[in-house]
Amino acid sequence: MSEDSIISLQNVNKWFGDFHVLKDVDLEVKKKERIVVCGPSGSGKSTMIRCINRLEEHQEGTIIVDGIELTGNLKNIDSVRKEVGMVFQQFNLFPHLSVKENITLAPIWVKKMPKAEAEELAMQQLEIVKIPEQADKYPGQLSGGQQQRVAIARSLAMKPNIMLFDEPTSALDPEMIKEVLDVMIDLAEGGMTMIVVTHEMGFAKTVADRMVFMDEGRIVEQAVPEKFFNNPESDRTKLFLSQILNH
Amino acid sequence: MNEITESRKPPVATTGILGWLRMNLFSNWINSLISLFVLYILIQFVPWILNWTIFAADFKYNFNGEQIINREMCSRVLDPENGGACWAIIYVRFYQFMYGFYPRDEVWRVNLSYAMLVVAVVPLLFDKFPFRKHFLKFTYIFPIIAFFLLNGGFGLESVSTNKWGGLLVTLVLGCTGIALAFPLGIVLALGRRSNLPVISTMCTLFIEFIRGVPLITLLFFGMVMLPLFLPEGVNMDGLARVLVAVTLFQSAYMAEVIRGGLQAIPQGQYEAARSIGLSYWQMNMKVVLPQAIRISIPSIVNTSIGLFKDTTLVIIVGLLDLLGIGRGALADTTWLGLAYEVYFFVSLVFFIFTFAMSRYSLYLEKKLKTGINMGAD
Ligand SMILES: Nc1ncnc2c1ncn2[C@@H]1O[C@H](COP(=O)(O)OP(=O)(O)O)[C@@H](O)[C@H]1O
Ligand SMILES: [Mg+2]
Repeated sequence: MSEDSIISLQNVNKWFGDFHVLKDVDLEVKKKERIVVCGPSGSGKSTMIRCINRLEEHQEGTIIVDGIELTGNLKNIDSVRKEVGMVFQQFNLFPHLSVKENITLAPIWVKKMPKAEAEELAMQQLEIVKIPEQADKYPGQLSGGQQQRVAIARSLAMKPNIMLFDEPTSALDPEMIKEVLDVMIDLAEGGMTMIVVTHEMGFAKTVADRMVFMDEGRIVEQAVPEKFFNNPESDRTKLFLSQILNH
Repeated sequence: MNEITESRKPPVATTGILGWLRMNLFSNWINSLISLFVLYILIQFVPWILNWTIFAADFKYNFNGEQIINREMCSRVLDPENGGACWAIIYVRFYQFMYGFYPRDEVWRVNLSYAMLVVAVVPLLFDKFPFRKHFLKFTYIFPIIAFFLLNGGFGLESVSTNKWGGLLVTLVLGCTGIALAFPLGIVLALGRRSNLPVISTMCTLFIEFIRGVPLITLLFFGMVMLPLFLPEGVNMDGLARVLVAVTLFQSAYMAEVIRGGLQAIPQGQYEAARSIGLSYWQMNMKVVLPQAIRISIPSIVNTSIGLFKDTTLVIIVGLLDLLGIGRGALADTTWLGLAYEVYFFVSLVFFIFTFAMSRYSLYLEKKLKTGINMGAD
């Protein structure tokens, strides 16, 4: 593991039953680095980032996040989840709670923060994602783009050092994609360590320090965006890029 | 086709009473036939039932104006042609129907418990109830207050449970069974879905065993076998033993109902809860169960109605619930043969409770349909 890595995956292998979903995955992410992961559907992108906060268990290899190794040790898992925020394709807001309650839930129960303080924190996070006026609504009353921004605010309220995004704009109508990407760009500029699975290549070009291309459970290629888009090494990357950019 | 674009009146008679009749009762010939048949039945029987239960019935006095003290004085015994129901048997035994053999000097304790039950339950049922949070605090301590109030202690004379009877026993069994089975059912449902094979197997076995066995068997188990499991010298109250059986029975059904609700919660809710750092219990208490229970409330009410009626089975093990008191009244030689009145009355009391529960369940269903994403809390 290199000196200043905040996330380190070494030789990670994982199976779903007999299906070998992650094959010898190595990935080092430095503090404040922004990684964009892309690749065909089913290539294991979600599974890889879900291993980083242990929503999935890997069977071989080591994963170290912020100095904590992910093993069966439940205490370690809890500490890692406090460090790592995650945003999902389907938002996964809690429909029975108001926007504000969605955001204060974890600070109040996990960090034992007093309610008033948590609510103030929630309002700050809503300012960051630019929808403070929606605080008292319920998720079902918001548009997709607004819901996804609330989901980002909910993660940020735990003050994570690392944010994982799993296709955060794939479930959104085109006119809402930008508002979510703008929030993510702000975050990136604020120095957040980010791993983003996305096919928004414009976003990747602006924000990514490094591109990671996955296919059939392997990391096929890693490169800075400049090289990745203009001069990819692998034929599979070329094929994928031609498919996605001609879209 | 009419081509005008401005709005116009609805077609003839889809509104108003006539319209309603046409749409709902006479929309085609087979519906009309069924409607007429039902109408015929109603015309035949409703007046007769009303006459028998009310207009021609004796309440306290018979048609000669004498106060009825035995069956021979009932109008319908004196004049089988014209006499209606003889409610005097209910009137005379009303105390027993409500309280069993609870001492008369102490009966205020039961009445107070009934009144507090209403105060405890109503705010629980309606989420818009004013000052609900404060009332719910009372709801939580109510069982403890009621226990000492009914049973005795703290300076109150002790009243042994074998003096309890009638509606008192029915309500104690129904309410306690439902109230205890609810948390137990939640634990069993979570246990059955647990990732730990030992826990999920144990919960599954328990649930399937209890559901595979008739309630009567469990009641006998409570009566006969439970004492064998208790340490020597510990004597468990008869009502308490039956309560254990009823609670175990109901918790298995409750568990399955709640499990159904749990299955409707998308995986993403668990993942989101985990990803923000909630522990297993926090995730369930704050995210999963509130949604799952909300979905399953109508079914929870339905199994509760079932339990409420099934409590009549305790007669088998010698407890005198409402139906038991009724059967006792029928066995009394002064009142022999007034079975219609007694069963009608007992049915009516059960009906009032179960009908209220079923209307409540419908009300909730409607509310949940419109409010599921609005967090109707
Ligand atoms: N829980 C699971 N059980 C079995 N197979 C799974 C599971 N989750 C994902 N897979 C399979 O693993 C492969 C990789 O999935 P995923 O990581 O979601 O891919 P991506 O995010 O790149 O589209 C897919 O073939 C998918 O069908
Ligand atoms: Mg995916």
